Amino acid sequence: MSLIFALAGNQNSGKTTLFNKLTGSNQHVGNFPGVTIEKKEGIIKNHKEALLVDLPGIYSLSPYTMEEVVTRDFILKEKPDLIINIIDATNIERNLYLTLQLMELSIPMVIALNMMDEVIASGNSVDVIKLSNNLGIPVVPISASKNQGISELMDVIMKTAYEKRQPRKLDFCTGEVHKAIHSISHLIEDQAKKVAYPLRFAATKLVEGDEITIKELNISENQLHIINHVVEDMENALGTDKEAALADMRYSYIEKICAEAVVKHQETLEQIRSEKVDKILTHKYFGIPIFFGIMFLIFWITFGAVGAPLQEIFEEGIAVITELVSSLIIDAGVSEVIHSLVIDGIFAGVGSVLSFLPLIVILFFFLSLLEDSGYMARVAFVMDKALRKIGLSGRSFVPMLIGFGCSVPAIMATRTLSSERDRKMTIVLTPFMSCSAKLPIYGMITMAFFPNNAAIIMITLYFIGILVAILSGLLLKSTVFKGNPVPFVMELPAYRIPSATSVVMHMYDKAMDFVKKAFTIIFIASIAIWFLQSFDWSFNLVDDSAKSVLASIGSLIAPIFKPLGFNDWRASTALITGLTAKEAVVSTLTVLTGAVSDVELSLILNGIFTPLSSYAFLVFTLLYMPCIAAFAATKRELGSFKYAIITAVYQTVTAYIVALVVYQIGTIII
Amino acid sequence: MTLDMIKPGNGGIIKSVGGEGILRRRLLDMGLTPKTRVEVRKVAPMGDPIELFLRSYVLTIRRDEAAKIVMEEVTNK
Repeated sequence: MSLIFALAGNQNSGKTTLFNKLTGSNQHVGNFPGVTIEKKEGIIKNHKEALLVDLPGIYSLSPYTMEEVVTRDFILKEKPDLIINIIDATNIERNLYLTLQLMELSIPMVIALNMMDEVIASGNSVDVIKLSNNLGIPVVPISASKNQGISELMDVIMKTAYEKRQPRKLDFCTGEVHKAIHSISHLIEDQAKKVAYPLRFAATKLVEGDEITIKELNISENQLHIINHVVEDMENALGTDKEAALADMRYSYIEKICAEAVVKHQETLEQIRSEKVDKILTHKYFGIPIFFGIMFLIFWITFGAVGAPLQEIFEEGIAVITELVSSLIIDAGVSEVIHSLVIDGIFAGVGSVLSFLPLIVILFFFLSLLEDSGYMARVAFVMDKALRKIGLSGRSFVPMLIGFGCSVPAIMATRTLSSERDRKMTIVLTPFMSCSAKLPIYGMITMAFFPNNAAIIMITLYFIGILVAILSGLLLKSTVFKGNPVPFVMELPAYRIPSATSVVMHMYDKAMDFVKKAFTIIFIASIAIWFLQSFDWSFNLVDDSAKSVLASIGSLIAPIFKPLGFNDWRASTALITGLTAKEAVVSTLTVLTGAVSDVELSLILNGIFTPLSSYAFLVFTLLYMPCIAAFAATKRELGSFKYAIITAVYQTVTAYIVALVVYQIGTIII
Repeated sequence: MTLDMIKPGNGGIIKSVGGEGILRRRLLDMGLTPKTRVEVRKVAPMGDPIELFLRSYVLTIRRDEAAKIVMEEVTNK
């Protein structure tokens, strides 16, 4: 690979669409080092020598958010050969704000002026040549979604990269700001050269009082003193502070350029249409019901109408393959242990998780539609107030709702949250939402203990989940996630028809992600659980699962649950197997009790639990660490095994405490 | 008068932006700089946040944040 290009731009500028157009299916998704911010890379189509890196969608290079820091670090340290700056032509002023900052980095740059079709269709225009001349950077008008101007863009990119043509030196600052940047430039010239920092960028950042730059350049006390003095003089002369002064300077320059190059008679047709659509979708009274209606529809299709039959077909397919492999092994005459390992361990474990694949694909089909159409931003707008008190913004609402279906896609869906802090907090809280796999457990217990009040019992469980998430949010907000939440200052992009390619690629990515998990972490976990279930301590195969290692571990930890009202090895063993998938709690209890009918199971359960302790058991099942598949998703999204473990421990301890409180208070009342 | 006090359908010109740190910087970065014309489009169903129109795009911010933006030349119907 000889060339590295970076794709930078605002959110909602069509960055992902352009990335997909330029790289096709040649993509690799990973994380930026040390953070959970997605880093997509791809080889550019027909240019095998060029690697394109998709940087996070940002509005500025001020180092306040992780996304901005990552972008800055990547450009300053990896020094890409060229920056492709994508700009939304319908919203050119705000998009150019980032451009002016990128230009200071002294790296060859090309502007892809996206959505030009919309500008022209609305009777507006942008004088591309004038814009290009004024900025000193090549500008190519494109429409990424309609595939217009892409090859022209690539030609200009390759030419600029080979010529190593840097942005023309800019003089967008005037008067006092110029004076300040100029004198600081002189002061730090040698240091900037030493650490290969672009001088102009370093000087501007020092005017802004940027801590990272002060450290990277090794600015001395003495220099800092001079810099502060220069900045103070500037502030006094302008009658404003440094941050406002710089922002104002950039925007004033942009306004000047736009006055010359942009003709705008009216808002674009898409903007006018969006305003009309929003009259309904974010309506004072209809907005919230419509949102819940849409979510209900998605749930119904995913977990009911379409998803459930698909899942059944999938399960049958897996069963057929399992049967086939099983008979092959038996025919081959391999030992029974191997047969059991492959069939009862691997196939059962991986198979049960894989059967969720149709749900994941369908759910992410809808989520892509919500995201790409621009509706997700409206959800944040409509629901923000509800989540603010627990330190989250409206955007976290969707993953949390999905959590009622399945924690795995819910955790995967946190990827779209723009703030890392919100993302992490949502990942920790989402599993408290009662997922659909827990329903069979509720069903079993209510049948045995509360046959006449099943619905009420289940509803209280859902509410306990929500309540614990709220309290947990309050706790986390004031401890682990203390500090400033990213302010809720969010663009509401114009509604657009999602592109089929983007939606399909998104579904494919998530499906592959899930399959990979099934064959790695879940594969290993399945073998481990099988081993514990099938052997005793002296590594002899057991025929009675009551004698297995798992059962003895179950017995060992059973007393821990005594304060919760149940001290039975079968209950604790079921909680362990429930980690593979929550439904396994039901099957394990059935197997270990040896019950042959529902009635018999109910009778035996009455020997293990009292009604109160059965409820405590349900509360614990509701809240303790999610299944292995969700744990794997947590690990992936948090980007750290350690934090995933801490999260699981936190959830389990929370479950224990809440179940304890429920049981102890219950004992007093009853 | 501050931005949060402007009724939907009305607008004005920004006089100054208060607040501090990341919040203030974010407001400035998004184009809420002095002398910029802003229109308040609507209020979210639960009364917060609010929807703004400026520099030919739509932005949403919370009332607390809007209260830090001082306005002038406000047109109120």
